[in-house]
Amino acid sequence: MFSYYLKLAYLSCKRTWGMTLLMICAIGLGIGASMTTITVNYLMSANPIPHKSEQLYYVQMDSWEPNKTYNDNGDAPEQLTYRDGTYLWQAQKAKRQSIQTGMAAVIEPADKEVLPFMVQGRANSADFFPMFDVPFLYGSGWDHQADLKKERVIVINAELNERLFGGKDSTGQSVRMAGEDYKITGVIARWNPKPKFYDITTGAFNNVEEVFVPFSLITEQKFNRSGNTNCWKPTESGFQAFLDSECIWLQLWVELPTEQDKADYLSFMNAYAKEQHQYGRFARTDNNKLRDVMQWLENQQVVSDDASMMMAMSLMFLLVCLLNTVGLLLAKFLGKATEIGVRQALGASRNDLFIQHLIESGCIGLAGGLLGLVLALLGLEAIKVMYGDWIRDLAQLDFTLVAVAMGLAIVSALLAGLYPTWRACQVQPSVQLKSQ
Amino acid sequence: MISLFARLELGPIFRALMRNKIGALLIALQIALTLTIMVNAIFMMQERSQQMARPSGVDEANTFYLSNTIFAQNYNTQTSMQQDLQRIRQIPGVVAATQINAIPLSGGGWSMSLQTKAGDDVEGTGAAVYMVDEQGIAALGVELIAGDNFHNSDIGWRDVGSTKWPPKALISKALAEAMFEGNWKTALGKTVYIDNHQPVQITGIINTLQAPWNGWNGVERSMLVPQQLDGRGSRYFIRTEPGRRDELMPVIEKMLAETDRGRIIRNVTSMEQTRDKSYQEHQATNTILLTVIIVLTLITGFGIVGLAMFSINRRTRQIGTRRALGASQWQVMRYFMLENLLISTAGVVLGTAGAIALNIWLVSTFSMSPLSPVLLLIGVVALLIVGQLAVSYPALVASKISPATATRGRA
Repeated sequence: MFSYYLKLAYLSCKRTWGMTLLMICAIGLGIGASMTTITVNYLMSANPIPHKSEQLYYVQMDSWEPNKTYNDNGDAPEQLTYRDGTYLWQAQKAKRQSIQTGMAAVIEPADKEVLPFMVQGRANSADFFPMFDVPFLYGSGWDHQADLKKERVIVINAELNERLFGGKDSTGQSVRMAGEDYKITGVIARWNPKPKFYDITTGAFNNVEEVFVPFSLITEQKFNRSGNTNCWKPTESGFQAFLDSECIWLQLWVELPTEQDKADYLSFMNAYAKEQHQYGRFARTDNNKLRDVMQWLENQQVVSDDASMMMAMSLMFLLVCLLNTVGLLLAKFLGKATEIGVRQALGASRNDLFIQHLIESGCIGLAGGLLGLVLALLGLEAIKVMYGDWIRDLAQLDFTLVAVAMGLAIVSALLAGLYPTWRACQVQPSVQLKSQ
Repeated sequence: MISLFARLELGPIFRALMRNKIGALLIALQIALTLTIMVNAIFMMQERSQQMARPSGVDEANTFYLSNTIFAQNYNTQTSMQQDLQRIRQIPGVVAATQINAIPLSGGGWSMSLQTKAGDDVEGTGAAVYMVDEQGIAALGVELIAGDNFHNSDIGWRDVGSTKWPPKALISKALAEAMFEGNWKTALGKTVYIDNHQPVQITGIINTLQAPWNGWNGVERSMLVPQQLDGRGSRYFIRTEPGRRDELMPVIEKMLAETDRGRIIRNVTSMEQTRDKSYQEHQATNTILLTVIIVLTLITGFGIVGLAMFSINRRTRQIGTRRALGASQWQVMRYFMLENLLISTAGVVLGTAGAIALNIWLVSTFSMSPLSPVLLLIGVVALLIVGQLAVSYPALVASKISPATATRGRA
């Protein structure tokens, strides 16, 4: 029976090919546009570290000026001062803690033929690697002692290892960076969490850094810090004065496995703020925050307004395409009134007719869905070209998304087909036959 | 009025519509949604286009910049930078060159708060800071509209980590207006305070110079200070004679890289590239919105064609009968055009409400500004025209139906 209905659907579509084509195009365009924007939104709001995102907390302390909060909504600043950050880190009250900032330096390759080049890096403490489950190709990170002793150790990424050592295991070798030799303790495998949750202050979708060095080396002033620095209080000149200042420029993450750990840590932070308040700092002692990964990404609105607006628009666009399809299907099925009358007179039940026409709608939906997938792929390519590099990893269809697209197409086509089908089944055979 | 109503057969058209409510309703809804999306999308495009159209104040066509990153140890940064600038300025075709700490529209820079009174608790006005030498104005290509440029003797070195500011500054007209109640002329010669307490005298005013951040609401507020950063990373900003930029970019890059092997010359970028990158997302969003509007209008238009063709096919005999009873071709055509006009009008009325509702939501969720009524009106008229254009072909087909059809049976 099913194949017979398929044949009927095929014949019916062939007879009114113009309308059928229009419906397939409408569904295809609607699905294509929706899938393009849904993909970007879905990947922007993805959980970059799903198995432990609820144990990793971003530390915010309100060290900002007394008369004005940092954010208009009263929220604490996005980054920490050096003195608060290092105090919390040195206290080692959490299971793990990573203090960090961006950095940049010039690497001079051992091979003098190769020109020196600039690398983007991260200055972080030892816990960074186990905390964020950084995958290693060779070796590992450094230990807490290396942080305390300010050892010149370095972790490099796979691309840099390829460039400097031809991809071989380079642990134990050294790299000349910013005029000093750094010993390689590990090479990280390809790792590019999107969003780049551990530091979104200069963009949530940047690539992972090429090198990682101990944060404690920042005081040696050998390499440059990178990232945002915000100050509210005038400071004296000089680097030590900068470290002691109220400027915020570093980030601290803590790993707290249980709710109790979180509560304890927050009270530790608040107690520290109260203590600082007595020295004339921290005008607001209870405005300190611990947000887990997803709360932090949500708070920082990593899904751009443009992306959500586009998604809203494209879903409305899909709705227009569906209304279009309902209208055309209705016209098409009512145009077949005579045929329906004949089939009823020959013994087809309403149920048979209903299934027959739903199959026809389903086929149109399937074709529209396939077209929509192709258009979504084209749309994502166009987005990559238009928006540039940072969106590359956010414009990729995966299996789930393909399934969603096809599901959306067929469900919408069936929904669009329901009313026209029902109307078609209401045809009175006698009326139709008489008018012949 | 009533006779016009009767002459245009609005009554019969309306009654016929009521018999096929769903078909008409579907078209009306499509038109309503199309209007809703179209008007808001065009509005979003307009907002972005206006932002992109603002001049940066820089001679964008003839300027570029590069980064100079020093890695050699025991390096005299001051002498080498002065030599670099001298060499660049000697190249034929170069108009001016300066060291600069940040690039307009590039996204990264330095901002400070300026106060008209000294003190810790005084409200200030945020401004982007550009550190330049006496060729700064010429290199950027900004226009000095009052006061004097810096002299060579004004320029001082600024150590990394220093918080001392020079005693003079040139400020943009917009910054002067923000600080002196809209009257920029009074700013000249006044002393303002940077970093709460340090006095700075305004010795000149420049017409326009945008900050590095295009999304900042104070993007027009900027200041130039006579300072050169003394550090291991610096930027040179260079202006060439018209039309010679692309030829000189590689020449200068090569010259700098070859004269000194203790540093890296990188990010050689023109201001035009910087502008494109700065507004890349805006541009892309606008392209997408435009595509959406066009495709949406096409779909709605074709939908109208499809449904009208269908309804004409069903009414072939009826139309033939009307023709046989004396209706002219024009009257038949007019019938379908008017029918569409009725449906479209219902659609745009609904769509106007929809567009306003969507706008209210967009305003509250994404801090957009409210829609202009003129735009809405244009959208309404445009969609009515699209409806008429779409229905004109089926209506023409209908008008060609021969009166003889009435007497024949249905094929």
